[in-house]
Amino acid sequence: MTATLNPTDRTRGTGRSAPLAGVLDGARKVAQALATPLVPSDYLDLIDPLRSGADLRGRIVAVTPETADSATITIQPGRGWAGHVPGQYIRIGIDIDGVRHWRAYSLTHRADTADGLITITPKAIPDGKVSNHLVRSTKPGTLVMLDQATGDFTLPATLPDKVLFITAGSGVTPVIGMLRSSLDDLDDVVQIHCAPSERDAMFRDELLAHSVAGRIRLHENHDDVAGVLDLADLDDLVPDWREREAWVCGPTGLLDAAEAHWEAAGLADRLHVERFRPSVVEPGEGGVVTFDRSAVTVDADGGTPILDAGEDAGVLMPSGCRMGICFGCVVPLREGAVRDLRTGEITSTDENSGTVPIQTCVSAAAGACAIDL
Amino acid sequence: MTLAPERPTTAATRTGVNSRLSVTSAEPRPQRPELKKSGRPNPAAHLTPEQIEEIGRELDAIRAEVMDSRGAKDAAYIRKVIKTQRYLEMGSRAALLFSGVKVKGVRPFWWIGTAGLSVSKILENMEIGHNVMHGQWDWMRDPKIHSTAWEWDNASPSSQWKHSHNEIHHTFTNVLGRDNDLGYGILRVDEDQKWTLFYLFQPIWHVANALMFEYSIAAYDLELGGYLAKRKRLSDKEKAEFRKNAQEVVEKIKRQATKDYVVHPAMAAATFTGSARHTLTANLVANLVRNVWTNTVIICGHFPPGIETFEKTSIEGETRGEWYLRQMLGSGNIAGSKAMHVMTGNLSHQIEHHLFPDMPSNRYAEIAPKIRDLMERHDLKYVTGSLAKQVGGVYWKVVELSLPNKVEGKRRRDVILKAAKKAIKGKGGQGRRY
Repeated sequence: MTATLNPTDRTRGTGRSAPLAGVLDGARKVAQALATPLVPSDYLDLIDPLRSGADLRGRIVAVTPETADSATITIQPGRGWAGHVPGQYIRIGIDIDGVRHWRAYSLTHRADTADGLITITPKAIPDGKVSNHLVRSTKPGTLVMLDQATGDFTLPATLPDKVLFITAGSGVTPVIGMLRSSLDDLDDVVQIHCAPSERDAMFRDELLAHSVAGRIRLHENHDDVAGVLDLADLDDLVPDWREREAWVCGPTGLLDAAEAHWEAAGLADRLHVERFRPSVVEPGEGGVVTFDRSAVTVDADGGTPILDAGEDAGVLMPSGCRMGICFGCVVPLREGAVRDLRTGEITSTDENSGTVPIQTCVSAAAGACAIDL
Repeated sequence: MTLAPERPTTAATRTGVNSRLSVTSAEPRPQRPELKKSGRPNPAAHLTPEQIEEIGRELDAIRAEVMDSRGAKDAAYIRKVIKTQRYLEMGSRAALLFSGVKVKGVRPFWWIGTAGLSVSKILENMEIGHNVMHGQWDWMRDPKIHSTAWEWDNASPSSQWKHSHNEIHHTFTNVLGRDNDLGYGILRVDEDQKWTLFYLFQPIWHVANALMFEYSIAAYDLELGGYLAKRKRLSDKEKAEFRKNAQEVVEKIKRQATKDYVVHPAMAAATFTGSARHTLTANLVANLVRNVWTNTVIICGHFPPGIETFEKTSIEGETRGEWYLRQMLGSGNIAGSKAMHVMTGNLSHQIEHHLFPDMPSNRYAEIAPKIRDLMERHDLKYVTGSLAKQVGGVYWKVVELSLPNKVEGKRRRDVILKAAKKAIKGKGGQGRRY
């Protein structure tokens, strides 16, 4: 170990003076030696889970209802929070019935608030485990896991003169973040805001207030009265839409229609869309199993453990008891769904969960699967 | 041929798929013989294959009921235990910084710190480490409390322990010649284990093993004994594998020993209260207490009187139901208070743990009455007793079985003397242990 302890080598290019870096490095080593086999953060996290240097977490400080099925969740992020550009989203990991679930939500707060709090405004969708939990059951004080903000559905550094926002349902969430942060600097904003009904329109009061104040031109489209928005009407609603930089966020149908509409007008580069992909993997019976790193693909039936399917195809699979008790065969399922051969229970991934560890010896393919092996 | 209706036929007919995945079997299962090979009675001879299948179904249902109801309460439990253990450890280690301070002739911080650290290490190894590494908490999908990521405060690296414990011991529980946990290769704890001269001294081996338990487990998980015995016959690949594992153990022991015996005493030295030496002894005592306690709990799991062993041939083509049966007959519980259950990592519910090793440990207590009822309904012995009774039973066995079995027409003294003479001549001095 002593052979590698050369502070000048380790600190080159860090900008810190070598002696200071050496001391810090030494302190880190001592802390590590004190904590082994754990790491110092395992202890520090108990005392302050939001400290800087910790994995990014947040504490929910308030849950404020918006409409009957949506609520704004205010979160105090950990000190490692790096801020965001309005329009971006975060991934949030929350424990529901003891199980951690990850979902992505747009940030709805103003970018430069002094209190450092961030907000998301999920809308409870039918059968949506996480959105329903967040809107209806989450209590202030809950600790959640966070990822740094990401996404390119944002306003450019040089703001365009004329802007068009088309939002539908919870698709308004990234746009409300942009308005809260940049409305003062936007001269000409038109927004078409769609919702199933007046009651369901998120942030309606806020948008109406801007409209009354003459700060934006708002067109509300409530499906129960006006029917679903037809972009063929755009020439009537916003005659100068071709001159506007457009941001559209909502269900897939709206986004597909917008892309076609702007494409047809030869203006595809003026359109920005944000897609919230559906997160459900429909389980099937058997399926094609891909072992990513081994570059092997096999067609496995619904009764064959993925362990056996992989071994038969020559993949080097970790294995153990082959009966589901030793957890020696656990590997990450990157995408897809598997069925527990003992219980029939389905385990599946969604685009926010990252990989899900599975026991290959008791799991059979329930549709196409990709294994990180 | 019986097939479970919900199970696709491909699963049962495909060759190579583990028969223990299902309580049913494609081929009819044989009736158990009246007597085991050793001539001792077979405790499950009265059960028909159909009854064993039914027991399997009943146990599957008990498992499903608990597994389907895992939730926030269970997650809160393990997080609370982990939090308690870590605060206890930090508090105890803080106290030990002043372990040299004398008040009226005693060193109160030494006593408090040593007691706290002992309890902390026991909790960490048993209710937390052992159970997390069994995958009991993997369902929470918390990467910090996951079988694939956990490392414990013990000499044996978790990867090697998981192999020898989760895989070998839990699959082949109490199968003579397959489950090395049956006496750890140094003890004869069942009459059906072959006697050799080596076992004559097993009371000594047993006490030494208990005191050094963390290191003997590391050597055992590394399969050090097997390597030394067979090293001339091993391939280069096997030797390289062993060297890699041995290196891993050495590194782990180095880190563990540096922490307990160098860094923490050095921290105590910095308080200038003469506490370095006392911190070192505190760590030594805490590790010894943990070793003896874990050994005590573990020997009660499979060695007390009344617990069965099985022959290799008896598990061929074994179904899930038959595997369950073997787990029930091959394990024993310890009766006691809630606090004692926690301190044993709920291994006091050894029978329940062996039936469902991936069930969260806090749920064993609630299924224990159901398991006991099921076993008693089927005339199977549910082995349980107080800690003193179970430990006493094992210690007596260790002494009793250090001698060869009583056989009519043969004096035990003669058997021992014959073996001793043979050993002196240099023929098979070590003997085969199974």
